[in-house]
Amino acid sequence: MTYGFFVHHDADNVGVAVVDIEKGQAYKGWLMETDGSVEVVAAGNIPLGHKIALAPVATGEKVIKYGYPIGKAVQPIAKGEHVHSHNLKSLRW
Amino acid sequence: MANPTFLGYRRSNGAVATRNHVAILPLDDLSNAAAEGVAALIPGTMALSHPYGRLQFGADLELHFRTLIGTGANPNVAACVVIGIEPVWTKRVVDGIAQTGKPVAGFAIEGHGDIDTIARAAWQAKEYVQWASEAQREPIDLGEIVVSTKCGESDTTSGLASNPSVGKAVERLVAMGATVMFGETSEITGGEEIVAEHMATPELSAKFLEVQRAYVKFIEEQDADLFGSQPTQGNIAGGLTTIEEKALGNLQKIGKAKVDGVLEPAEAPPRHGGLWFMDTSSAAAEAVTLWAAAGSVLHMFATGQGNIIGNPIIPVIKICANPKTVKSMAEHVDVDASGLLRREFDLNEAGEKIMQMVLRTASGRMAAAETLRHREFVLTKLYRSA
Repeated sequence: MTYGFFVHHDADNVGVAVVDIEKGQAYKGWLMETDGSVEVVAAGNIPLGHKIALAPVATGEKVIKYGYPIGKAVQPIAKGEHVHSHNLKSLRW
Repeated sequence: MANPTFLGYRRSNGAVATRNHVAILPLDDLSNAAAEGVAALIPGTMALSHPYGRLQFGADLELHFRTLIGTGANPNVAACVVIGIEPVWTKRVVDGIAQTGKPVAGFAIEGHGDIDTIARAAWQAKEYVQWASEAQREPIDLGEIVVSTKCGESDTTSGLASNPSVGKAVERLVAMGATVMFGETSEITGGEEIVAEHMATPELSAKFLEVQRAYVKFIEEQDADLFGSQPTQGNIAGGLTTIEEKALGNLQKIGKAKVDGVLEPAEAPPRHGGLWFMDTSSAAAEAVTLWAAAGSVLHMFATGQGNIIGNPIIPVIKICANPKTVKSMAEHVDVDASGLLRREFDLNEAGEKIMQMVLRTASGRMAAAETLRHREFVLTKLYRSA
């Protein structure tokens, strides 16, 4: 299985697609800090450069990337789902 | 383990340099013509033309002087000829540069005219070039170097690969005892709390947040919707969702290093070693000009879509991980980090590639921007003149 996404930090709950990810396919993710790997089945199509959820995120919970919160979920996010403007908002405004 | 060494120049005040320029520095816009006249006559000199220096006042004038004096004082400038329209301000810049102990002379145009000024200044420049041409490179501990870093024309590959690769290099340089400067005050918005966490003391965190909020307030007072529109439509299309995410991608450049202090624009760090935040614009040429004026002798610039900036007195190394950019703009790229995205190497190896390019460039290898004559010398102006 080729690598479909990278994960910056082991504490992150999202990864970044390095290929155009297709719904229903299983992809391997590279944990860049520790050179480990995770596997996730895509719950939707995710374009290269966009984020994939590595675990379920409840509404109001923080989305973590680079080991830090980058915003909060504004609707429940399932594992393998595309994470972007429709389900993630800034904590600032 | 001993630090690696590069072949650099050691100046009479102990400062280390990667280049050996003779600069012809105009004090003001009116003196560009004479400075360019000298540079045209004497090979091996470089005119640093710019559009300012008349009727500036207050903090803006102080920044003008600090930037010009800092530029002339930069170790990469072996000797400097200053040309101004009148003698008083010209002397102020000459005296400032002279504190380094390097050869510097000033020429005022009033009462002489351009042609006589060019003739007199050219004689001096000719002697400086011959003097500088005898300087020899010698092995210097990399821990003695002063560098700066910034990213520009960023995209997804910046946060994913080129910025964290630079972060690894920054961590290593700081551990060796080198001085590293970063900035981009406005671009850090959304991640300012994280930079504050990186500060060595609570006092520094407070000072940093004050500087950062002042910049944001200044932008908002101009009725600009700079932050409401962040991330940009292009960023969002590329996969960036929030301003925090964009700022964190930018901040990967400093790795896990602690920040030792907060600097005014063009202010030299008060001591050698460590990581320093400078209050700068995020416009590439303005920011690099400020770091060069603060003593940076080499700049690491991470880019995604392909920023092509250079600087007249310091080499600007481009690091790019976008596989399209490294092909379509190959002549601008010094370090191709795109293999990281194909897992051909990891972040530590990418950091090592950057360190090797830093050593080679510090030792004399011309950066892509130097070969392409990118010499952007852009002074930061705080407000309009009187």
